[in-house]
Amino acid sequence: MRSSDRRGGSGGATGSGRAESLRAEPVRAEPDRAASGRATSDRAVVRDALGVGVAVGLSGFAFGVTSNGAGLSLLQTCALSLLVFTGASQFALVGALAGGGNPFTAAAGAFFLGTRNAFYGLRLSRSLALPRALRPAAAQWVIDETAAVTLAQRTRRAARIGFTVTGLTLYVLWNLTTLLGAVGAEAIGDTRAWGLDAAGPAVFLALLAPMLRTAAERATAGIAVLLGLGLLPVLPAGVPVLVAALAAPAVLWYQGRRADPGAGSPHPETRADKTPEAGGLSERAR
Amino acid sequence: MGGSMNTWMAIGLTAGGCYLLKLAGLLVPATALERPVVERLAALLPVALLAALTAQQTFSDGAALVLDARGAGLAAAAVALLLRAPFLVVVGAAVVVTAGVRALG
Repeated sequence: MRSSDRRGGSGGATGSGRAESLRAEPVRAEPDRAASGRATSDRAVVRDALGVGVAVGLSGFAFGVTSNGAGLSLLQTCALSLLVFTGASQFALVGALAGGGNPFTAAAGAFFLGTRNAFYGLRLSRSLALPRALRPAAAQWVIDETAAVTLAQRTRRAARIGFTVTGLTLYVLWNLTTLLGAVGAEAIGDTRAWGLDAAGPAVFLALLAPMLRTAAERATAGIAVLLGLGLLPVLPAGVPVLVAALAAPAVLWYQGRRADPGAGSPHPETRADKTPEAGGLSERAR
Repeated sequence: MGGSMNTWMAIGLTAGGCYLLKLAGLLVPATALERPVVERLAALLPVALLAALTAQQTFSDGAALVLDARGAGLAAAAVALLLRAPFLVVVGAAVVVTAGVRALG
């Protein structure tokens, strides 16, 4: 499907050019035999990256609308997308603020949702092998989608192109569509009449659905729903979500006790197998 | 005014915290985070948070639990997800059904 494709049109070419300018120099040292094959696979990576970037970037519109509906100003909404740039945390924050949560509990929920990005960063730093000086700049783009595209690539060159093109596309589109959504919501007025207050929870559900594969994951989600809803009427706004997060360590603890009562540490072999390419790549490069 | 300051404070805390989390992954040595228990907790934490947030933002109004048009919208999103619809269709289904139920009700 990819090898015979010779579409180097406007979209792909732009993305590729930007990737070129941002890419670090060590890539040239990578052993390479078939230059033409590489060009085709470069285009395939760029196309994949642009696809993901465009699809998800557009949901920034939903964020702009939701944030406006939650009572944040245009400037505050845009600042969130520019500075936070991790969708779930942004939705969580404006939801918590709309629910009357204080800034600390609201930010804590958003922060805990962002912890997964640290683990993406860990895997990405192996497959991208970025120079230290570049890492603070690259960090802002370490999110679900860039990790998904980058970690699916087999070579470091492809990983770097995937990361750069996905990151840039998403960052530009996410911020543009946030602005459009917030401005549009102001023009529309009552966003609830348009059902736009359902966009936030739908985004959460779409992010959650692929994570519910194992019994432990489903149990965690179930307990969290019960805690989140059950405690809502009795605890201050923003706190029930944080308590619900305890479902994760609780399920792990229960599982660990059942798996081997002696040692306590569970064996996540499936997790370790997840990114063999990334590991192999770093081994080869060092 | 106070509300606006609080909002800016929340934005600043979230932006700083989320950026540091991203940077930490790129900077710390792999061994620091690569313990199985830590990785599993990191994988389960978003599950708990997203589940709780989805439920709360669908079935609550302030501190009260309510069942309204958003419930129907979320059900539509769930059906779209089961049919493996693309992300935008999932969100679109929730919005359209919620608006439709409100218009009828």
